[in-house]
Amino acid sequence: MEDWRNGGFGLYLHWPFCASKCPYCDFNSHVAAQIDESRWNRAFLSEIARVAELTPGRVLNTVFFGGGTPSLMSPDLVQSILDKVRGHWTLANDVEITLEANPGSVEAGRFRGYADAGVNRISMGVQSLNDDDLRRLGRLHSVAEARAAFDVARSVFDRVSFDLIYARQGQTADAWCNELREALSMAVDHLSVYQLTIEDGTAFGARYAAGGLRDLPEDDTAADMYLMTQEVCAAHGMPGYEVSNHAKIGSESRHNLIYWRYGDYAGIGPGAHGRLTQNGVRHATEAVRAPGAWLAQVEAQGHGELAPEALSPVDAGTEFLLMGLRLAEGIDPERYAAISGKVLDRDTITRLEEMGMLTTGTRIAATDAGRAVLNAVLRELLA
Amino acid sequence: MTELSQIRNFSIVAHIDHGKSTLADRLIQSTGTVADRDMKAQLLDSMDIERERGITIKANTVRIDYKAKDGQSYVLNLIDTPGHVDFGYEVSRSMRAVEGSLLVVDASQGVEAQTLANVYQAIDAGHEIVPVLNKIDLPAAEPEQVKAQIEDVIGLDASDAVLISAKSGLGIPDVLEAIVTRLPSPKGDRTAPLKAMLVDSWYDPYLGVVVMIRVMDGVVKKGDRIKMMQTGAIYGIDKLAVLRPQMVDWPELGPGEIGVFTASIKQVRDTRVGDTITHEKKPCDAALPGFKPAQPVVFCGLFPVDANDFENLRDAIEKLALNDASFSYEMETSAALGFGFRCGFLGLLHLEVIRDRLEREYDLDLITTAPSVVFHLHMKDGEVRDLHNPADMPDLTYVDHIEEPRIKATIMVPDDYLGDVLKLCQDRRGIQMDLTYAGSRAMVVYDLPLAEVVFDFYDRLKSVTKGYASFDYQMMGYREDFLVKMSILVNDEPVDALSIMVHRDRAEARGRVMVEKLKELIPRHMFKIPIQAAIGGRVIARETLSAMRKDVTAKCYGGDATRKRKLLDKQKAGKKKMRQFGKVEIPQEAFISALKMDE
Repeated sequence: MEDWRNGGFGLYLHWPFCASKCPYCDFNSHVAAQIDESRWNRAFLSEIARVAELTPGRVLNTVFFGGGTPSLMSPDLVQSILDKVRGHWTLANDVEITLEANPGSVEAGRFRGYADAGVNRISMGVQSLNDDDLRRLGRLHSVAEARAAFDVARSVFDRVSFDLIYARQGQTADAWCNELREALSMAVDHLSVYQLTIEDGTAFGARYAAGGLRDLPEDDTAADMYLMTQEVCAAHGMPGYEVSNHAKIGSESRHNLIYWRYGDYAGIGPGAHGRLTQNGVRHATEAVRAPGAWLAQVEAQGHGELAPEALSPVDAGTEFLLMGLRLAEGIDPERYAAISGKVLDRDTITRLEEMGMLTTGTRIAATDAGRAVLNAVLRELLA
Repeated sequence: MTELSQIRNFSIVAHIDHGKSTLADRLIQSTGTVADRDMKAQLLDSMDIERERGITIKANTVRIDYKAKDGQSYVLNLIDTPGHVDFGYEVSRSMRAVEGSLLVVDASQGVEAQTLANVYQAIDAGHEIVPVLNKIDLPAAEPEQVKAQIEDVIGLDASDAVLISAKSGLGIPDVLEAIVTRLPSPKGDRTAPLKAMLVDSWYDPYLGVVVMIRVMDGVVKKGDRIKMMQTGAIYGIDKLAVLRPQMVDWPELGPGEIGVFTASIKQVRDTRVGDTITHEKKPCDAALPGFKPAQPVVFCGLFPVDANDFENLRDAIEKLALNDASFSYEMETSAALGFGFRCGFLGLLHLEVIRDRLEREYDLDLITTAPSVVFHLHMKDGEVRDLHNPADMPDLTYVDHIEEPRIKATIMVPDDYLGDVLKLCQDRRGIQMDLTYAGSRAMVVYDLPLAEVVFDFYDRLKSVTKGYASFDYQMMGYREDFLVKMSILVNDEPVDALSIMVHRDRAEARGRVMVEKLKELIPRHMFKIPIQAAIGGRVIARETLSAMRKDVTAKCYGGDATRKRKLLDKQKAGKKKMRQFGKVEIPQEAFISALKMDE
């Protein structure tokens, strides 16, 4: 059996456009005055056909529309893409089809159309339940709009998730705790909670470098917030199954689990990454990043990708480990050995276990404390 | 051959950044010595480190042909000298090879301290001195005030000072004329037996050892059999050349001329700077007085980060030592750092320069341990031992007393900063010997322990006086004091490379600063780490580095595992810059930064 089958097979589709760029965001998102949906439709359909030829006979477990802001796509475009997907792969009986959405009133009006096209899960970028903070984060919606959009989503889709950002400017641990409890009291089955990180090349990055944003919480406060988040969510029946993700048992994001369990995933659209096993070797794929260039290359050359990279066993093993240890379930060390051809150092594992960073058994998993410092744990394991 | 009357030999004296190297570049350029297309800034500073730091480490020479306004052709030999106190011996010997100096002063800054030590060396060497005011095109230039200052502080007549801008080239012809009309020509007897001073020597990978000489009397030619009067060694001259600044073969050098030769000499150590060179068959009567060889006064350990690099380090050190006789080395073993070398240097800048060159020119990653001086251990059985390394300190029960080297430090400082300088010297266990004034400048003389000076005294002095103090020192012998070895324990394990010798009364304060520094320098680990300073078994200072709380990438977007893997690879590479002590990783920079005292 090829190793990717341990994780499954998913399809990621990247819609690179946003109504406005958020100051903290370093993803591949762009603001465009005019978007020719029919051109994008043709390019997506052509890429789907191309990738399907590379993965014949596979059952598709998940589809994920990410961005950018995929809820700017018309339901017709989503329908067209999903029809094409259904024409090329067999979909799993429990296929999960997620679309990321802005929680605004305009988007909510399209939810029914997305559901009719086949989308069965919505992930909403709520980010905060505080209007002042939403403005500072550059979000276009208000808390009231987000709540209204959430109610619409709940009535249309079986599964709804939303994102929150913490460790915001001036935020205290107590304030975050209250906000988190409020979020959990909404009828949500999946919650992604990300610490605000200041990235180079973003508006926040520039402000921070220029001496701004000094009221961000200290590292120790952010660490407290992280650990408190784990406790509060677990107490609400939404344990952290990954570093930043919490779900009711059975409501985990199956698409993201494919990444973390190191399955195969095809990435289509500007800047999309993929991992595809070809002839027994995992290949890293990456699409051209700029939207216009991607579109032009698909039209001119029949594909939107840079040259795929065949991953060495060691690199693939590293990826398996750094993705897998993000999960509370951890990794199977025998799978690591099979992928990388190496075994993890017994003494290092014992040492990390004694420090309370890992638990061992048939699987190796990071503890809550270990996941908080996962980069350091990985440096030790891979040293 | 060149008539004595047509030769002018000179050096340039200046404070750092006052434009010495730029002026040298202009003189070379305007006389056509180097074609414009070959010109680059700081032409005479050939080492990367010199260019980067804007300093001169080795003396360099250039021979310039100049057609003067009187219609005659002159040969101008410029020796560019280092400015830093560590390399003071280079300055003094270079000064002995020339008859005059240009004193370059920044017209917007005025006389600064570093100028003084070097200008006094020029005066001691009997030089004629031409003041040159540079940067006169700056809006802040105050040539009249600066002239008055030169007269007041140094006691030189500055009424005829040459006003220039080396950057724009303004006044450069006037400098050339002043060299010809105001500096004396050398003296010497062409018919007398050969007498030449060995000014400098260096190793060239293609030519072997290159020897720079200044001829006093007689004539030297290619093929001559010559004798080094101090060492008695005899060589045949293979190549005779002048520097422009590249070597140009030259048939002969007569009195007053400066040039270089090669003679199949293998090591720089075989040549003694200040030695007198004469003909084997027809020697001169009396040798020149010669120079005192420079002694290493600062010692530290150099260890490869990667133990497999030890042999490469040995090769690199041996090669560097070929070219720098003032640097000493012997093998050392450290419990914490493995195999390395204990090396001796002229001062801290010399140490940094050697370390930088090893890392750069030989591509080595090095750990540098705390600099130390040579202590004399008087043992109870009457034996006297040299202690180069605090880690080698024997059990105190065998030691009767310890002596440490002292220096006589001379500091020139504008009186505005006098209080800060006195405080610094007192803090470093100094004993005041003298305090006098010259104009608005004070001259302070202190008896200081060398151990208190080697590390960062010069940096501190510069910082408390905003660069206005000059500092020079000479060794003054040894004296007993109450000295102890202070150890540093990280996570309860002693780190031998961090132990230092310190005065008992200062141990607590020093220990406190060191553990606080280490707390900043060592990155957080997954567990908390006690950091302690101890004398024997007694802890005198303690800090705790708390455990790392959070280090994880929040969002891993769209399955971009590549970015995370590359980030991890980068972090793993950073880990290589660390040294493992038990469970703790200590960054290399900690071994030297922990010692700095930012009071």
